[in-house]
Amino acid sequence: MSFHTRNTIYFYLHGKRIALRDVSPSLTVLNYLRDELHRTGTKEGCAEGDCGACTVVVADLNQQGCIQYRAINACIHFVPLLDGKILFTVESLKTNHGLHPIQQAMLDCHASQCGFCTPGFVMSLFGLYKTADKPTHEQLCHALSGNLCRCTGYRPIIDAGQRMYDYAQALAPEQQSALTHPYSAQETPSAWLSQLHELAAHTESLVIHHQQQAFLAPRSISELSHYLLAYPNAYLLAGGTDIGLWVTKRQQHLNTIIYLGQVAELDQISQTDEYLEIAAAVNLERAYQALVQHFPELQDLHWRFASLPIRNAGTLVGNIANGSPIGDSMPALIVLGARVLLRRGNTQRELALEDFYLAYQQKDLQPSEFVQAVRIPLRTSTQILRVWKISKRFEQDISAVCAAFCMEYQEGKIHTIRIAFGGMAATPKRATHTEQALLQQNWSLATLEKAQAALAQDFKPLSDMRASADYRLHVAQQLLHKFYLQTSGSSFVSELGDLHD
Amino acid sequence: MTEDHWIVGKSLAQDSAHLHVTGEARYIDDIPVVQGTLYAALGLSEHAHAYLRHIDLSEVSRAEGVFAVVTAADIPSENHLGGALKDEPILAVEKVEYIGQPIFAVAASSVEAARRAVRLAKIDYEILPHNLDIRRAVAAEQFVLPTKRLQRGHAQQAIQEAPHQLSGQFSLGGQEHFYLEGQIAFALPKEDGDFHIHSSTQHPHHVQEIIASMLGRELKDIEIECRRMGGGFGGKESQASLFACIATLLAYKTQRAVKYRVDRDDDILISGKRHCYDIRWQVGFDEHGSILGVVLDYASRCGISADLSGPVNDRTMFHADNAYYLDQVDIISYRCKTNSQSNTAFRGFGGPQGMMAIEYIVEEIARYLKKDALSVRRINFYGQDERNLTPYGMRVEDNIIPELTDTLVQSSSYLERRQLIEAFNQTNPYLKKGIALTPVKFGISFTATHLNQAGALIHIYNDGTVQLNHGGTEMGQGLLTKVAQVVAETLQINPSHIRCTASTTEKVPNASATAASSGSDINGMAAQQAAEVLRARLIEFLAKHFEVSPEQIQFKTGQVFISDKKTLSFAEVAHLAWFNRVSLSATGFYKTPKIHYDPKTMSGRPFFYFAYGAAVAEVLVDVLTGEYKVTQVDILHDVGDSLNPALDIGQIEGGFVQGMGWLTTEELWWNQAGKLMTHAPSTYKIPSIGDLPRKFNVRLVDKKPNREATIYRSKAVGEPPLMLAMSVFFALKHAIESIADYQISSQLNAPATPESILTAIQTLRSFQSTTAA
Ligand SMILES: Cc1cc2nc3c(=O)[nH]c(=O)nc-3n(C[C@@H](O)[C@@H](O)[C@H](O)COP(=O)(O)OP(=O)(O)OC[C@H]3O[C@@H](n4cnc5c(N)ncnc54)[C@H](O)[C@@H]3O)c2cc1C
Ligand code: FES
Ligand code: FES
Repeated sequence: MSFHTRNTIYFYLHGKRIALRDVSPSLTVLNYLRDELHRTGTKEGCAEGDCGACTVVVADLNQQGCIQYRAINACIHFVPLLDGKILFTVESLKTNHGLHPIQQAMLDCHASQCGFCTPGFVMSLFGLYKTADKPTHEQLCHALSGNLCRCTGYRPIIDAGQRMYDYAQALAPEQQSALTHPYSAQETPSAWLSQLHELAAHTESLVIHHQQQAFLAPRSISELSHYLLAYPNAYLLAGGTDIGLWVTKRQQHLNTIIYLGQVAELDQISQTDEYLEIAAAVNLERAYQALVQHFPELQDLHWRFASLPIRNAGTLVGNIANGSPIGDSMPALIVLGARVLLRRGNTQRELALEDFYLAYQQKDLQPSEFVQAVRIPLRTSTQILRVWKISKRFEQDISAVCAAFCMEYQEGKIHTIRIAFGGMAATPKRATHTEQALLQQNWSLATLEKAQAALAQDFKPLSDMRASADYRLHVAQQLLHKFYLQTSGSSFVSELGDLHD
Repeated sequence: MTEDHWIVGKSLAQDSAHLHVTGEARYIDDIPVVQGTLYAALGLSEHAHAYLRHIDLSEVSRAEGVFAVVTAADIPSENHLGGALKDEPILAVEKVEYIGQPIFAVAASSVEAARRAVRLAKIDYEILPHNLDIRRAVAAEQFVLPTKRLQRGHAQQAIQEAPHQLSGQFSLGGQEHFYLEGQIAFALPKEDGDFHIHSSTQHPHHVQEIIASMLGRELKDIEIECRRMGGGFGGKESQASLFACIATLLAYKTQRAVKYRVDRDDDILISGKRHCYDIRWQVGFDEHGSILGVVLDYASRCGISADLSGPVNDRTMFHADNAYYLDQVDIISYRCKTNSQSNTAFRGFGGPQGMMAIEYIVEEIARYLKKDALSVRRINFYGQDERNLTPYGMRVEDNIIPELTDTLVQSSSYLERRQLIEAFNQTNPYLKKGIALTPVKFGISFTATHLNQAGALIHIYNDGTVQLNHGGTEMGQGLLTKVAQVVAETLQINPSHIRCTASTTEKVPNASATAASSGSDINGMAAQQAAEVLRARLIEFLAKHFEVSPEQIQFKTGQVFISDKKTLSFAEVAHLAWFNRVSLSATGFYKTPKIHYDPKTMSGRPFFYFAYGAAVAEVLVDVLTGEYKVTQVDILHDVGDSLNPALDIGQIEGGFVQGMGWLTTEELWWNQAGKLMTHAPSTYKIPSIGDLPRKFNVRLVDKKPNREATIYRSKAVGEPPLMLAMSVFFALKHAIESIADYQISSQLNAPATPESILTAIQTLRSFQSTTAA
């Protein structure tokens, strides 16, 4: 088989088209900006996607042909992933007409102290500025959930986020440009649009060879399958929010990387009569938006899953495929009866998600096989669903425990029940004894207590820096209690969010 | 008062704010490197306590891109960090004492090459038993410094004779600084064996001393420069020197420039933090809650060496009283040696831990007497003319805590809200609210009297612009801006004509650390003095030149009035003075008056004055999971006459949120092997934006100039607000105790993570059921 390929990465930066050849495919955007271009406004605070000092914005075309702007963490984003996109860094906001409204608002609100986090906040705000109208306090928090500031206590930054739109309105005509224009539904900044169209004309697959490294970015599922068969030891890269850290934190050397993000067929969310299908390249943010539309009970999990920049880069299928025992998507998907669609060459097979996990870091995945999509059965009218994530911090934290419950009643009895936990075992796992204790029972306190006892049979969790074994088990039992309260007609509120405006 | 000023007291933006928002502000990692620059990495100990039997670095040396590998043997002179006590090596010799201790360093052609290379070391360890437990260290008498005791009266006897007694124990976790800019240094060899080192440090002079001693050189040979830090919080006070040493040692060895930007995980594994404490206490009190006697036993985890543990633990003892008069008191302080990072300065410098103990006790008394803790607090507050002597013998002369508290109680509707909360809790079994008001009294000055000095250097150029330098360093607190405001006020020039320059040992010698909240107090004074010298010189010259009397010359709002004859711009004056050969450069110097302190008896007046504040926090707790939200915070804080209200409010809000992190989400966790596992932001959780209280009302105390003659009667603000966050901890405790209808107190340890809270709830419940049975 032969495919049209090219060995040059094309993207736009600051109105300039950049053609990059001969770079290490695991070079991060952050190091590229700082070391090669000497654009040092973008900072490194952690090199693991957790602090936001490195936030930049990428723009590309969505399926409707409109520009979408996404804040991402440059520290764990590999340079070839910029192919076909426009990159904005804090330096991009500078014009000859003074500060950008965001910058002016930050300055006037005294929103910087040491200033090290500031460029990252400015860029997260830029991402928001270009994607939303005047945001609420909540929206601002969601947009800035990946940015840490150790100095200010955040209040002035929130103020700046609210005021930046006022500054935009007050701009003189000569200050107005695509950069300073906040989001509006009909806006089409033509220069950027034509840059993106021009880049889109490079329909060949990007294939880079650099020293001992190779990077292949197929354009179709068959091309992807082909490469995976040809390079069974290659790393399959999706959003890189796990893989990026292997490079920056473990100094791991990646020989061959196959990137699935340029396969348009995989960037699809579709729906049949039976299921919702989310394919491998769909990022977490889009995936969770779709999931929440079908299952509003996942709203909290959506907001508490990592941060917006991580959700903008990482994929749902990557989360599933990585299969960490503390991954947040799996418990909910397992109780919803999700199935994974696997593919190797031209062969496909389907598997219940819970069967995909064999043991710690072991999956039912053959060499050269990949997860094409996840299929989530559509909701039934009788389904009662609850999902909780427990962590030390609300935003951007990894679960100590993540719990999902899905139940159906029939004639006052628990007719079906599926319970799954993350953080409680070596894999995301069903609580089978607990389910047994509940099945066909009246939903009463007595049943609850039996089920809580059964949980201790299901799980022997570990102690680590996130939580002790005791707490994990105890909180799991308490969540069962909470599930009971919320589904058995108790009139007491038991959700912080219900009272905390 | 402030109305009389032109520049001082105004909310000017920080001098660098326009550079922060555009990304143009230059941090050390942003300085363009010179040709041939190499990059460093450290090889760290993998065992908490072990002999180094054999270190094989052959593969490290052979690794791609490696230019040099150094161990302790390569240090030309002293292999010591630390100040007075030289008890910690730069690179380990023979023995390692904690996981993360530096053993060797590498210089390579890139950061990645250096980091990859250090992983190739083969080190043979002979493992020894290790200890991280504070009380085990006390029992085994493993201390980095001798135990100290501060006593007044007969506390034990007073407790025994008191109508009521209580005792208890609780633990307080430490805190990682998590400055957003990690530790970094960039060393450049100069001629004649000298070095110029860019170091992200709060204390350039200290770095200069350590490097000079490491190289066997003199202070004159070493220049340390720091324009700004991306945060410090105490973590770059003594501990920046290690990283500067490593960069310099490798630069010495290779005769090339070497940059050492420390990987975040390594930074957290290597460097010291806020001290964790185990606190035991006994108290005797009467039926109103008045404290009659108290015994406090503070034991802190200092890590492997003294570092700043001496003064940190001293400050704990000095703040054991917080805002309360303790008549009969016995305070003991153990400085424990443990197999962990050498703990160091962190905003508050031991004071927060000191105060937490007495606040804990006050809460326990209130619970026991079934009173609102506020009433117990009030009854124990320092008096005005009596009951105003601290345990260390300093008179509290400027006490505003009672009135400040009254004002805050009013403005926050504390009493009404407390009633509503208790009613809410009656009817809600699964969500509980809590509220608490805590005061802060914090002593300002270095307790080591000699450190309370500062120098400044001002140049006026003949175009009328000014360069300002002083020994203080900028880490985000706005020090340079405040000092520039002082100079602008003195010379009556626009602050935009003043350039604050990088702190460097070349301009101001022997400067103290920018610490102890004293930055603007002492550097502001020194700069003011230098500016006054220059103004006096200009006046003398102008008087002669224009043949008027000095009194007829006025510097005012950017202009200079020469009687009613003539008005000149400051630039014209500067030019004229230069033309007439007047020196336009001056130094200034300041030493804090009144203070004295005898470390042997722990008595005297260690503090020039106190800063005060109080906060009310309200929380909502999910008692099933232990998760919670801080729903409202009201703060009233005393900054005297503010030099810059916006910057002061920034310090208050930021300090509060940082303190809240310390007491809630920020948990340091070591595994069995003694490894700190929370060594990255993925595992160590500082507050994020959603943790900001939804209602957050911060006010400055109105019209309360500092009683002492500080710079424009302002007060220091860097540290005190951190302790306002104690209110959050006690609000959580209040919420928890509603479960047992406030009849019994809960054992809540800090940080109050959801786990810590759920544990406290469980203990409370089991206690309740055993007492009921
Ligand atoms: C700061 C930060 C915060 C985070 N917070 C959370 C959190 O709150 N909850 C949570 O669950 N996770 C969290 N994560 C991890 C989460 O972002 C990842 O698990 C993500 O979902 C992985 O997707 P990706 O596209 O980035 O995968 P990548 O990093 O590209 O790949 C991850 C792994 O999956 C494999 N893979 C990817 N796609 C496929 C496929 N289609 N078929 C087969 N194998 C595949 C890769 O080969 C690799 O082994 C966080 C990560 C970071 C950096
Ligand atoms: S550097 Fe911290 S998120 Fe990238
Ligand atoms: S301003 Fe210092 S970290 Fe945000």
